[in-house]
Amino acid sequence: MLNFSKTKIIFIYLLFFFVSIFAILNFIETNSSFLKKKINLGLDLQGGSYLLLEVDSSSLEKKAIQSKVLPLKKKLREDSIKFDNFIISEKSIKFNLKEEDIKKFETVFNEKKGNNFNIFLDQYNAFELEYKILNSQVDVFLSRHGVINIRSAAVNQSIEIVRRRIDEIGTREPSILKRGSNRILVELPGVKDPERIKELLGKTAELNFRLVTNDQNEFGNEKFILQVTQEEISVSKRIILSGENLIDAQPRYDNFNNQPIVAFSLDRLGSQRFGQVTTKNIGKRIAIILDGEAISAPVIQDSITGGNGTISGNFTFQTATDLALLLRSGALPTPLIVAEERTVGPDLGKDSIKSGVISLIVGFLLVILFMILKYRYFGIVANIALVSNLLMLIGVLTLMEATLTLPGIAGIILTVGMAVDANVLIFERIKEELKEEANNIQAFDLGFKKSIVTILDANITTLIASIILFIFGTGPIKGFAVTLSVGLITTLFSAYFISRHLVSIIVFKNKEKKILI
Amino acid sequence: MKNNYNFESKFKLANLISFFLVIGSLLLIIFKGLNFGIDFKGGTLIELRIDSKNVRISDVRSAFSNMNLGDVNVKEFGKEGDYLIKFEKKTFNKNESIKTIKDNVINKLGSEVNFRRVESVGPKVSQELLNSGMLAISLALGAMLFYIWVRFEWQFSLGSILAIFHDVLITMGLFSLLSLEINLSIVAAVLTIVGYSMNDTVVIYDRIRENLRKFSSLKIGEISNTSINETLSRTIITSVTTLLALFSIFILGGEILRGFALAMIIGVLVGTYSSIFVASPILKYLNVSFKTIEKENEEA
Repeated sequence: MLNFSKTKIIFIYLLFFFVSIFAILNFIETNSSFLKKKINLGLDLQGGSYLLLEVDSSSLEKKAIQSKVLPLKKKLREDSIKFDNFIISEKSIKFNLKEEDIKKFETVFNEKKGNNFNIFLDQYNAFELEYKILNSQVDVFLSRHGVINIRSAAVNQSIEIVRRRIDEIGTREPSILKRGSNRILVELPGVKDPERIKELLGKTAELNFRLVTNDQNEFGNEKFILQVTQEEISVSKRIILSGENLIDAQPRYDNFNNQPIVAFSLDRLGSQRFGQVTTKNIGKRIAIILDGEAISAPVIQDSITGGNGTISGNFTFQTATDLALLLRSGALPTPLIVAEERTVGPDLGKDSIKSGVISLIVGFLLVILFMILKYRYFGIVANIALVSNLLMLIGVLTLMEATLTLPGIAGIILTVGMAVDANVLIFERIKEELKEEANNIQAFDLGFKKSIVTILDANITTLIASIILFIFGTGPIKGFAVTLSVGLITTLFSAYFISRHLVSIIVFKNKEKKILI
Repeated sequence: MKNNYNFESKFKLANLISFFLVIGSLLLIIFKGLNFGIDFKGGTLIELRIDSKNVRISDVRSAFSNMNLGDVNVKEFGKEGDYLIKFEKKTFNKNESIKTIKDNVINKLGSEVNFRRVESVGPKVSQELLNSGMLAISLALGAMLFYIWVRFEWQFSLGSILAIFHDVLITMGLFSLLSLEINLSIVAAVLTIVGYSMNDTVVIYDRIRENLRKFSSLKIGEISNTSINETLSRTIITSVTTLLALFSIFILGGEILRGFALAMIIGVLVGTYSSIFVASPILKYLNVSFKTIEKENEEA
């Protein structure tokens, strides 16, 4: 047990040096991409902002159901299925059928090909809609997969838009990830005040252009209060142009009154439609509606055919810049809600690193001192094992490019405290064996053999706890679990190989002498 | 030097004390409750640093009043001029946001206010964090039990689980008694306590199993006693080095880690005690003998 073959020893130390070299490389600048690996600092240590955004897709589900009304009616008429009592509610469409038409309806409803109201979703192998029939009343609603389809489309689209908006603001290394079925996790290192970003992400930025009418009729028209003048205007529900047709938007100053405005350019289709509408309606007013509010309603002076236009309103240059940014990056399908927010200022991060490192050094020195006082020479062995353990722990974390958090530092300190346990178990066992066994080598050998079982049992149980913590933990806790798990593994390595090898050197040198632990 | 304390004779008294401590902790947890932080209750937390010497805690308190934030709790946090403010408000509508709160506070306290940390957890997320924390703890317990059951016998499994419940309940009881905050890092601490206590228990159980084979004629009480004595110096040394590291975090690691370190310190002390005075007597009460582990060998 004590004996190692030469190749084994070489292999162990090579592995040790390879891993621990990365610990040192953390503090040295290199150009080689392979050696450039570094431990990342978590947001709690470097400062930054963590936002968990929730996509509320209920309005989209409502819209999806409503968009089914016309194609459904059309289809029923085409196939001469008679229906009456047609009711549209938030989540379903209800209507009555004659008994003899039910069979026919069912086949029409479940047609896979050419079905343009109940679309078959290949990726889920299921239909978008489902129906229930109760007393000849049919109830059509979104299927489970239909809802999932809408939700995931909304989340994916939102991620894209969020990414574009954050890129436009120009923060350093943002991370934008999907979390669960309806959440987006945004991590912004170095951001001290996320308010502006939250504001920009909180707007859907749905822009459209509609004509102002004199028609006071409720049907087909909507009333708006103009932001600038507080004037009440009546606007047609027909959308001439929406934000989708925009290809660029930039903040500008108006040539005449030097007010900030947003200049936009349209794509080909948008330019054509805008040209047609403005030519036909010279002298009328066109309302610019953003997120359900009328920004302005200028009079069409001339036909605009070049595809360029401007939006004026009550802007400061900042708000014009923001609006241009929002229009460039596109509209969110639905508003995002901030479900969780954590922001740490850079000075608190620095303080945390400082106190974390100080407590690590102090804890480390205390343990080292204690071990020397308790075990003398073997204490040095334990301490060498402890130092190599720490080097490997940091080295592995670097190789993994793990994220170090404040609880992660606590995990390292805890590892320092618990790591000597393996050595203590070995030494105490050897001490017992020495009492019964005259032959030093025999005693040490037995001591190792017996203690290693216990060490494995003891560390595996803790490893189980920390792996589960890693799987279910979030944010900083994950950081703790990572350092603790890696620490347990490096502890096993340093006890099993490094302490054992060092102890064997001492024993073989003092074969005949009485060894005191 | 060989340890030879008579632990067995103290088992009854220790178990009585443990029993009352656990019952007391349970009563505290049920009737006084635990002081959940914003991670699990939802709400907003703000850490402020105010450089101006003229600002007192009462000024900070009044700066946060009249903003309709629900129950506002202001306390000093570590260094002079550092404050931790917590309030129940979880969701903000369009017109009131963290920004308006910040503006309001700067208005009242002057511009030397540094917002070092702002955390806000919505009701849905806090419920999920609580659930996943509970799930993590239960799963960890389950997995460890399974491991012990595979490596030992069911009596050992039962003994170690009771020891763990003992440790976690007493730690939580103390947190309830002292109204200390339970947040995400406390969950991590509890799981580490579970791991540590299990670790300690396993070392003693390992020795008991070994001695059962060695001295098949001896009674479990005596064997437990010998085993505890044989492993005693290891038990104490490991506790001491772990506690050295933990006290270092507790004193020097800063305000944020203090709760975590305290939970761990309590847990390590209780865990060390329980592996001697809870986990071992249970084997005695379950009449574990040489036969128990012999059966295991035959099956294998």
